[in-house]
Amino acid sequence: MRHALSTRLWHWINAAALVVLFMSGLTISNAHRRLYWGNYGFAPEDAWLHVVRFPGWATLPMFRYDLAEARDWHNTAAWLFALGLLAYWIVILVNGHFRRDIAAGPSAYTPQAVLGTIRGYLTGENRRAEKADYNPLQRIAYAFVLGVFLPGMVLTGLAMSPGIEPAAPWLVEAFGGRQSARSFHFIFAFALLGFLIVHVAMVFVAGPVKTLGGMIVARSPKDRALG
Amino acid sequence: MAEFERRHLLAGLAALGVGACSRLGESETASSIFDTAESWHREAHRALAGRQRLAPEFDRSQVSPSFRGNGSLTVDTPEYRAELANGFPNWRLAVTGLVDRPLSLSIETLRALPQRVQVTRHDCVEGWSAIGEWTGPQLSTILDAAGVRPEANFVVFRCADTLYGRRYYESVDMVDAYHPQTIIAHQLNGENLPEKNGAPLRMRIERQLGYKHAKYLTGIEAVASLDDVGEGKGGFWEDVADYQWYAGI
Repeated sequence: MRHALSTRLWHWINAAALVVLFMSGLTISNAHRRLYWGNYGFAPEDAWLHVVRFPGWATLPMFRYDLAEARDWHNTAAWLFALGLLAYWIVILVNGHFRRDIAAGPSAYTPQAVLGTIRGYLTGENRRAEKADYNPLQRIAYAFVLGVFLPGMVLTGLAMSPGIEPAAPWLVEAFGGRQSARSFHFIFAFALLGFLIVHVAMVFVAGPVKTLGGMIVARSPKDRALG
Repeated sequence: MAEFERRHLLAGLAALGVGACSRLGESETASSIFDTAESWHREAHRALAGRQRLAPEFDRSQVSPSFRGNGSLTVDTPEYRAELANGFPNWRLAVTGLVDRPLSLSIETLRALPQRVQVTRHDCVEGWSAIGEWTGPQLSTILDAAGVRPEANFVVFRCADTLYGRRYYESVDMVDAYHPQTIIAHQLNGENLPEKNGAPLRMRIERQLGYKHAKYLTGIEAVASLDDVGEGKGGFWEDVADYQWYAGI
């Protein structure tokens, strides 16, 4: 599959920003390992989830606890992530990539479409088909990531900020309070990690040389060989 | 040619290793990028919310069952214990620095000033939140009484407590100093401030995180620059562990 320069550029900038945000986010989670619903929360009995302590190899900075530096990484990468996402949304709405390749009509959500795609993966039919467009499951996954989970990270992040709240108290209320926004921030982050794991697995299933090549130089090696 | 350069650019971005970030974070370049990002956040918040927009206030019924004390939980001196036992009869709040009329205010004097009562949420940098009702005079009332000079750019809060052998302090700029919800609280939930929450006086800086809300307050000092205060970063945690001076995020 060929990808536009805007897609390739955003994909890798976003990937780098997400890795920094996720790992520094694990340090921030380690600072207070409980999640709550509503506006306040401190006591263990108020928590809906007691979070594990994330190990040093998974956090940023690595192998040492430094909340101040983790917040620096997090709040700096957040600019790259949020502005990149905004710019990418504008580009794909203007150039038609979203409407043409990602937006999934009602037909994508039918059991036939979903089961058909899964059967295609299991039989290897999807791979042989070399189809240029995304299958229904890909459309659904990319639409949710682009439309729900990535913007959800930005919005729940903003909702936790005491400097934003005076300007947009409705944002905090929309998530059900500051501690709820913090819980959703955590849930969305792990939903994105789940996507990443499946996404990378599929890259290997589909052939990493071809797919990575396509996301870096726009053509697969075969295209290139054929001229 | 263009294709070749793009490929290098994208491969470079893709290869941006996180492992490198661990040491990178302590470099001069990184800290100047971090400082830039912090000032963008502050400017964005100020542009969106303006100088005077209020943090949300809650109903008294929404107060959280407990209000955690964090950081210093007391002042470990015999003088403080004696004052605490007697209701702080000799405690004074000194108003000094770039002011026309330096002041020394007793708790009784502060209680006699016009009071603001606000039920607000307190967000700790660690991630937890508590809701409490705070009572006290606005900092702006005291700054006006002292006559802050035009060359003052920051207000420094001096404290009685020590952590790691150092005196706690904090600071804000004049925007937050004159914000209507910036008060010197002497009551929490209608009672005199508990020891762990900063008795007898603490700041409320409602649009920033908890470490800005200096406890065990002994002085307010108007200054032109933070360079000569403490180690120059504007606060205890800022000096000790490089926490962000602007804590609105």
